[in-house]
Amino acid sequence: MNPELKREIMIDNYSNPFHKETKDEEDYIKENGNNVSCIDDVNLYVKIEEDIIVDAYFDGEACAISTSSTSIMLKNIIGKNITQVKNYITNFQNMIYEKDYDKNILGDAIVYDEIYKQESRKTCATLPYTAILKIIDKK
Amino acid sequence: MNREDFPMFKQDIIYLDNGATTFKPSVVIDKIVDYYSNYSANAHRGDYSISYKVDVEYENARRKIAKFINANLDEVVFTSGATESINIIVDGFFDNLVEPGDEIILSKSEHASNVLPWFRLANKKGARIVYAPLDTHLHITLEGIKSVITPKTKIISLAEITNVVGDLRPIKEICELAHANDIFVVVDGAQSVPHKKTDVKISDVDFLVFSGHKMCGPTGIGVLYGKKELLESVNPLILGGGMNESFDSEQEIFLKELPQRLEAGTPNIAGAIGFGAAIDYLEKIGMDYIAIYEQKLKAYLVERLMQLEHITIINEESDSGIVAFNVEDIFSQDVAYYLNKYNVCVRAGNHCAKILKSITGVKNTIRVSLYFYNTYEEIDSLIELLTDKDKIIKEMI
Repeated sequence: MNPELKREIMIDNYSNPFHKETKDEEDYIKENGNNVSCIDDVNLYVKIEEDIIVDAYFDGEACAISTSSTSIMLKNIIGKNITQVKNYITNFQNMIYEKDYDKNILGDAIVYDEIYKQESRKTCATLPYTAILKIIDKK
Repeated sequence: MNREDFPMFKQDIIYLDNGATTFKPSVVIDKIVDYYSNYSANAHRGDYSISYKVDVEYENARRKIAKFINANLDEVVFTSGATESINIIVDGFFDNLVEPGDEIILSKSEHASNVLPWFRLANKKGARIVYAPLDTHLHITLEGIKSVITPKTKIISLAEITNVVGDLRPIKEICELAHANDIFVVVDGAQSVPHKKTDVKISDVDFLVFSGHKMCGPTGIGVLYGKKELLESVNPLILGGGMNESFDSEQEIFLKELPQRLEAGTPNIAGAIGFGAAIDYLEKIGMDYIAIYEQKLKAYLVERLMQLEHITIINEESDSGIVAFNVEDIFSQDVAYYLNKYNVCVRAGNHCAKILKSITGVKNTIRVSLYFYNTYEEIDSLIELLTDKDKIIKEMI
């Protein structure tokens, strides 16, 4: 994917984020995502039925990378079962930390495949993934 | 001005985060290297020449700092910084004085270090935190302070200049008012002592705290100033070598005089000596000159920022070199990342003043904090980078 298209996808997910809303719903597991080195502050709300992530949304304030990464992640995990989601997260993290990964299951999340070049922004891209892992662990 | 004195400026960098810390001139770095290279002994062990020199240099640094703020020598205690200094007086002095129902006046624009120690004390003692009102410019006024003083008020603790709003508080007048009502005044000078002339005798503050690294000195060194009669009652929180006169097996301890009593253990010798060199350096430039120059530079920055429609300044009335603003529709940290691509260092965030947002409604901002070595050309470069909003959005990721 060329850099211009990657940037466009990120900006689009930042300007019009998927499922970014403030609401008070029951049956959702909440987890806060924040980084010690920055001011990102995102709350993730996930509804899991049986083994499936049936819905998820987020609110809070965060930078373009964190916000777009959360938006893209939510698009990719809703409707999937826990095993699929775990596999997706592992692949995403492998991409960020420059290990082998299967890009076919990452969807738009591959726009962050060069984020490793900006050391300080790796934590922005992985912020929602750290939060969703905590939610899965809670379940 | 004076940029050739700073090795950091050999890099192509525009540094506008002086509220966080400042660059160090060669004279400070050389002084530290000199200590470690040529007389690297411990303090208070003057049995041999190089150790004697340590004592002389360490106490010289204290003398310079005392003179710099017009304090007496035994009223200047070396600490690790303003944060530790506040904690020492809260836990070592006010812990013995505060009683249930007492009131402690703070403001909602204080830095965490002038909030959290008081919260803990208030919770422990059943005292009450009272916030002095901020006016429409988010400034503290004498009238505002007056309006919250009650017979139960025991302490007023305020920054002289706050680190986000940048307003200069009328400390001398606040002290007059407070002392007439038997109230103690603690001043956080971390953002003011580096930028303007400080005189503890004129202001009559009871305690003043500040840090070396925000005024061209090293990190890890700071000062607790207290009036002698008050410092005498500070209970040392840390016991050990260097602060005791003698002790015996019956567990009797005799403490040293001030200020050594409050400086247990091997002190930050290099830090103190380096801080002394920083004081010499600032005195040479002149604190009044620094204050005037920064005012002019800040006025220029505000004027230029106000010409940009997509920028909102939070504190255009600030009295210091601190300007907080936001770019419309862009998260402050993204602006900071964008500027960093052009080697411009600014800070994004809440700047440790986390309860300020309850008043301003603005959680995060970009903060530019100036020092005397910043230039008009640097402001021009910053403005040029901020002029085109689309360029920021395009390049922020």
